[in-house]
This record gives sequence, C-alpha cells and structure tokens, in this order.
Amino acid sequence: MERTRAAADRDLKPAAEENRSAGGARALSADFLFRYVALAMALLVGATLVAVVVAIAYDSWPAIKVFGVWGFLKGRTWDPVSEHFGAFPFIVGTLVSSTIAMVLAVPLSFGIAVFISELAPSWMRQPVSSAIEMLASVPSIVYGLWGLLVFAPQFANVEPWINDHLGAIPGIGVLFQGPPMGIGMLAAGIVLAIMILPYITAIMRDVFVATPVRLKESAYAMGATTWEVARKILLPYTRTAVTGGIFLGLGRALGETMAVTFVIGNSDNLSASLLMPGASIPSVIANEFTEATTKLYVSSLIYLGLVLIGITLIVQGLAVLLLGTVGRGARAPS
Amino acid sequence: MMPADAMPPVPGVATTADSSTKRGGAAIAADPPEPFVAKIAVRNLNFYYGKTRALKDISLEVPERRVTAFIGPSGCGKSTLLRTFNRMFELYHDQRAEGEVLLDGENILHSKTNVARIRSKIGMVFQKPTPFPMTIYDNIAFGIRLYERLSRGELDARVEGCLRQAALWDEVKDKLSALGTSLSGGQQQRLCIARTIAVRPEVLLLDEPCSALDPISTAKIEELIYQLKSEYTVVIVTHNMQQAARASDYTAFMYLGELVEFDQTRKIFTAPRESRTEDYITGRFG
Amino acid sequence: MISLYARRRAVNVLASSLMFLATAIGLFFLAWILWTTLRLGIHAMHWDLFVKDTPAPGADGYGLRNAFVGSLILMVIALVIGVPVGLMAGTWLAEYGGRSRSAALVRFVNDIMLSAPSIEIGLFTYAILVAPMGHFSALSGGVALAILMIPIIVRTTDEMLRLVAGEMREAAIALGAPMWQVVTRITWKAARAGILTGILIALARISGETAPLLFTALNNQFYSTDLKHPIANLPVVIFQFAMSPYDNWQQMAWAAAFIAITFILVLNVCSRLLLKGTVKRS
Repeated sequence: MERTRAAADRDLKPAAEENRSAGGARALSADFLFRYVALAMALLVGATLVAVVVAIAYDSWPAIKVFGVWGFLKGRTWDPVSEHFGAFPFIVGTLVSSTIAMVLAVPLSFGIAVFISELAPSWMRQPVSSAIEMLASVPSIVYGLWGLLVFAPQFANVEPWINDHLGAIPGIGVLFQGPPMGIGMLAAGIVLAIMILPYITAIMRDVFVATPVRLKESAYAMGATTWEVARKILLPYTRTAVTGGIFLGLGRALGETMAVTFVIGNSDNLSASLLMPGASIPSVIANEFTEATTKLYVSSLIYLGLVLIGITLIVQGLAVLLLGTVGRGARAPS
Repeated sequence: MMPADAMPPVPGVATTADSSTKRGGAAIAADPPEPFVAKIAVRNLNFYYGKTRALKDISLEVPERRVTAFIGPSGCGKSTLLRTFNRMFELYHDQRAEGEVLLDGENILHSKTNVARIRSKIGMVFQKPTPFPMTIYDNIAFGIRLYERLSRGELDARVEGCLRQAALWDEVKDKLSALGTSLSGGQQQRLCIARTIAVRPEVLLLDEPCSALDPISTAKIEELIYQLKSEYTVVIVTHNMQQAARASDYTAFMYLGELVEFDQTRKIFTAPRESRTEDYITGRFG
Repeated sequence: MISLYARRRAVNVLASSLMFLATAIGLFFLAWILWTTLRLGIHAMHWDLFVKDTPAPGADGYGLRNAFVGSLILMVIALVIGVPVGLMAGTWLAEYGGRSRSAALVRFVNDIMLSAPSIEIGLFTYAILVAPMGHFSALSGGVALAILMIPIIVRTTDEMLRLVAGEMREAAIALGAPMWQVVTRITWKAARAGILTGILIALARISGETAPLLFTALNNQFYSTDLKHPIANLPVVIFQFAMSPYDNWQQMAWAAAFIAITFILVLNVCSRLLLKGTVKRS
C-alpha cells in the first residue's frame, strides 16, 4: 500500500474540487445538446412516413381533382395523349404478379426453412442459410437484367408446354394460354418469387430454430416424423411470426419496381392469360415518369404511387405488428 | 423493529486495523475503537418501483472509514438502498426515492444537488466486472479526465497509483495498452475498483462485488477492501454472510424492505437482538 | 397399425424430398444468376470501362467512368446524411427512449420504412427536392438513398446499443460521467462493430438501388461532379443499357451488374466478419 502517495494525492484535492464544478456545468449543456439532437433525429425518423404520404398526396392533388378516387381506381384507360388516366389495369397487374409470387415463394420458403432447421446435417445449415440470404443482396436491377436477357428467353421455351398442358385444363386453362414470349405476368411473378424468397425464408428459419428444443424433442420422442414436427409443432407454434414474414414478403413484392419493369412486358391492356404482358403500378411509374411532360400526367403517375402506398402500408403495418418482438430478433442482420 | 438511529453508539474494542496482524480472508474484522462519525446518514427513506414500495422508512448511519455490510435475502432492498446513495435509480423512469440521504450533512436526494459531484465523491463497483471497451490505462484515465486536466506525467502517476492501490499493478504494468476485457474476472473487478478510486471518492459502494468471482479472486478483493477502509468509507452489499463477517465492521440486516438490525458486525453475528436476524444468520431462511 | 406407420413414413419421405427440392430450387436460381453475371460480366470487362465515359447511343466503345464516379458521389452524400441521422436516432431509441410509448412508435414507423418500396422514396424525394428545385440533381439522388439507409442504421444501432450491458452504462454513470460521454465513449465503442455492420449493410442495400434514382439523380451521359445537376450512376446505366438494342451497351450493363454485385458481396462479407469478430470477443 502506497500510503505516502495516497497522502500526497489528498493534498491535491482542493484543486480537483474546483475542476469538478466547472466540469459539471460544461457537461450539463453538452448533455442537453446531445440528448435533444438525438431526440430531434428520432422525431425526424418518426415523421418520415407521414411526410412521405403527405408529400405524395400533395403532388397527386391535380390528378385527384380531375379523376376523383373511385374514378381513378376503376378507370381502365391510360391514355397520355388524351390525358385520361385510370389505375385499374396496374392495380390488377400489381396484385396478380404479387399473388403469383406468393403462391410460389411461400411453399418454397417453408420447405427451405424446415430443411435448414430440421433436415440438413449441421455442417450444411450455415452455408445453405447464407446462400439463400445472398439472394436478398442481389440488387433488383440485376434480377431485372437477368430476367429480361437470360430467364425470359429460356422461359419462352417452356411456355408452349405450359400452353399445352395447363392451358388445356378446363376453368383455369384460360390463365395459361397465349403466345410464348417469355416476358409477361407469369415471368414477373416467378422473378418476384425468387426475390422475396430470402426474406420469408429468413424469418421462418429464425423462428423455427428459436422454437424451444424441448418442444421439438418431446414430439420426436413420441415418434413423430420430421414432417409431423414441422406441421404440427413448428408451424402452429410460430404461426404469428410466419404470417408476419409472409406479409413482409408480400409488401416487398407489391412495391418491387426494377425487376418487374424488365420482365412484365409493360402493356396497359388487361388480359386473362398470365402469359400475356401486363404492367404493375411501380413498373408504369418507372417507365413513364421521365417521359411524362404535362403536369396532369406527372401528377397521375404520383397518384399511382399514392395508391401503391395505400396498399403496401396496410400490408407492412400488419407484417410489423405480427412480427412484433419475435421479428425484431429475426430480422436483425445475422 | 427498532429504528437504527435510536440505537446508542457502541464503543468498540480497541484493536485498530493497522495493528492487526491477521491478514487475508480469514481475519475477523476489528471493531472500531470509538463512537463513529457518520459519513452517510439515511433518514426515513422510502423507495418505490412504480407503485411497489421497496424500502420502508429506512434510517441508519454509515460510519466513516469503516466497512459497512448490507445483508439479507434477495429482494430485501439492500441493493436498492445502496443505489440511492449515488442516485443511480434516476436512470429509470418509474423509480423514485423519498426521505433524506445525507453525505456529510448534504442531502444527496435534493433535486438541486449536483449529481455529477456526488458521484465523484461516491464511487460504485458493480456485481459483474464492467471494464469499459478501451485499454486498461484508459479505463482508469476515463474517470480522472472527467474531473481534472492533468499532464501526461501526472496522469501516468495517478493511473499507476490507483492500480497499485487496487493490488493490480504488478499484474498489468506490462500491458497497460491491452483491452480491459482481456483480463481475468478477478482482475477485471480489481480494475473496476482502481477505476473507481481514481476519481478520489470518499465513499466506495460495492454491490456484491465478488458474486461473479472464484474463491481466490474473492479473497484478493476482500483483502483489498480491508486495506481500503483506512482511506475510504466502504459500503458493501453481499448475500454471502461469511463475507460480511470477514470483511465488515458494521452490518445492517434487511428483510422485505425494512432495516431489521444494525450494529457492529461482531454483535450481529454473535448476539443478534432480533430473532429474524438470528434466523437468517443461522440459515433458517433466505 | 403397420399400414398407418408405413403411410406416415411415406408422407415423411415425400415431404422431406420436397423440402430438399425447394432448397435445391432456391440454390439453383442463386447459382444461375451469379453464374450468368460472372460469365457475361467478366466477358465484358475492358480497361476502357474505367477510364472512358459512357458512349453515345449507337457509338462504338466502352466506358463507365462517369457512372462509377457518380455512384460514388451518391453514396458519399447518402452516408454523410444517413449515418449521423440514423446513428443519433438509433441512439435516442436505445439510450433515452427505451421502452416508452414514443420510442415504440418511432420503432414501428422505422420498421415500416425499413421495407417501404424504394420507388415511393424516389417519388417523395422528387416531391420535396426535385420539383421545388425545378430539375433533377445528384443531391436529390443522395438524399433519396440516405432516406433508404436511415431505417437500417436506426434499427441496427438501436439493437446493438441495447445489447450493451446495462452495468457498463451504470458503471460509467456512477463515476459521474455525463450521459453524452457515457454514450459516445462507452456504449458506442462497445457496440462499434455492430453499428458499423449496420452501416455496411445499409450501404450494400443502396448501392444497387435504381428506382429512387430514376426520379432524382436520373442519369447523365457525360462526366459530372456537379451536385446540382443530373449525374450518371451504375444502376440507372444498367437499366437504360439493358433495354437498349446496342450490343456494346448490353455488354456494359453486364459489366456494371457484375461490378455492383461484387461490391455488394464484398460489403456483406465484411459485415459478417466484423460481426463474427465481436461475437467471439464478448
């Protein structure tokens, strides 16, 4: 024990005392500033969503005044020359392409998630997991490029087969009849499915892995098969988060722009067949925005954006609520 | 229950810390030689977590330059009481304290009291070692730089002094620029003690400082506490009764938010006045 | 009894095979996309890409220099705006907001913004910057990308700071340190790797974003570093070149796609290594 040093230290104390009070005052104002700058930034973040909706609604106003709400939503013509704009074909295109994507992506994601969490040997889990996540980091523009220049020509070779077989089914056959062009609603749906696959898979995988081991083990101990555990234990136990993950994927599909713009075909004609070209709200905005010359045209495109916000906000709000606390962990970067 | 401040001060047996030849964990703490000076005085303190009353009308006096232990079963409020001494509870919105905690006669809980100054006078060491994410040197210097502008040489000397006082210098002198987290658990805890005394506090609050440590590290910390009391007023919260018996001069036994008994450690452990204290000491509950 | 057991087994084998097939399909598409980009991208690699600017429609030659520089400028603007805002907002959530109702609301909004369609962010930036200024600009492009980055940074900062042990915070406060020093010198430092990971992920996310740039930075055939005017950038160049009939343009689109993907994958690998390093240390 350094008693002399300690004694010497004590002698210095009055000087230290003075500094203390000075430090206190200086610290207080810096503290105040730091806290309120942080608060201001948080409020800014909290206000962006409202700001986005308000700004887009404001810029849509000229179009809203001309076409109204129902008139715009139900309007089937999109004619820049006569300046008559209706959103119906694009709303349908958005919903149809997203539905195709969900129909394909949800079962695939479920399969992959169960494979990773239950079936795969442990050395395979991490690599497979990372590979599927890598699908999410491919930019959508690359999906579009690949979809247009590589996938669509290949897909055009498959379409005659779809035509012959699925097209012959009474009732739903009409969905699969048409010329083999490669691009179109179905192609867009498939590319979208690949794009949203990693998001849904990641959430399902995380909640499956996080399901209490004793729960799974007690089921396996009773002689349940992997499939039975997946269907009767995992899925019911994680139902809310899984639904949230599906909504999250849907939200992504609805708003996806570039990939869809490349492969959907960009036609404002409604067609019963999924093989025919169509257009979605994001694709028409992306395609026509820079060409739009009149104020009403631009405003109508922004109005389309407002409709899209309306749809996606509901879906995403539900997703975030459903994911709640489970999702917070699940969607963090892993 | 007998209010602590109504108790007459108890004259102790004259064995001073310095003359004690028994060192290390096994030494029974010596009694204070005279009626003590109160460093911290608690008067009618009530504490609330939301609507739950966690401390009920606590009054006691913590003697200067002695080791005072707070013991009791978990949830009895001993840590809560400790955390009112440096207003730590203020970090949490739903916690509040009523009553007085006087440090040298100044009410710590008064809203006009400068918290930073109070905290520089009352250091605290936590249950788990909490080295900051920086080098060993900077861990110590962090606190010093909050209050004083020192030249490099002075700062070096202070850091060395604190590490020596915390009996850590010999183990770390060659790796002062290593991360604090690279030390072992016991070393980390001594680093935290060194960091705390670097600010030159008058009071040291130790909140179960050994509960995360192995027996050898615990013995080292206890010896350190024993030495520190010649300069500091030490308050230690512990759930380990042997530790209280070994390391402290005074002991407060708390139960369900009440102060049951406060007296010299020797008396608490040999002749408690309250039956609840006796039950706890002898292990009949808790 | 036997037949029931056999049936269950058969179902299980079928289901397991389908799950395996699903994984194979996912991996197949990943391999297909990466392989195509790699093959066509490397095929189109040319030194001129890095030293010449994009050629005029129909003209021969290669060049992406203006797009590289433009993308870099846009990213820098996005970082300069997005990192401070995101970091401070995330800090408020973790260190001050905690579990309060207002913090919960900000987190909810932020989570929605996290997966908001990027095209909407483009339209928003158009409405608040491009339309009032009267022309497309690099600055507005950077702002749009910043708005896309912020939710990611907020989220990771918030989560990483909340992982920092409360005791460490208390220990610093017990020394009498003011909150801003506790945050800047202790908790930020403790969560450094995680926060940096979030920034890298955010950067990876925006480096391929195209839709918002269509309404903001647009494109520029020429070399420009003027923040008040349209600026070339890789994603929009890919968009325009891919849709074009010119062979050299399509090749350049693949080269640009290859470079963009490589950049993003490198960022992702870095962030992964960074995070792994911290997990091991703590």
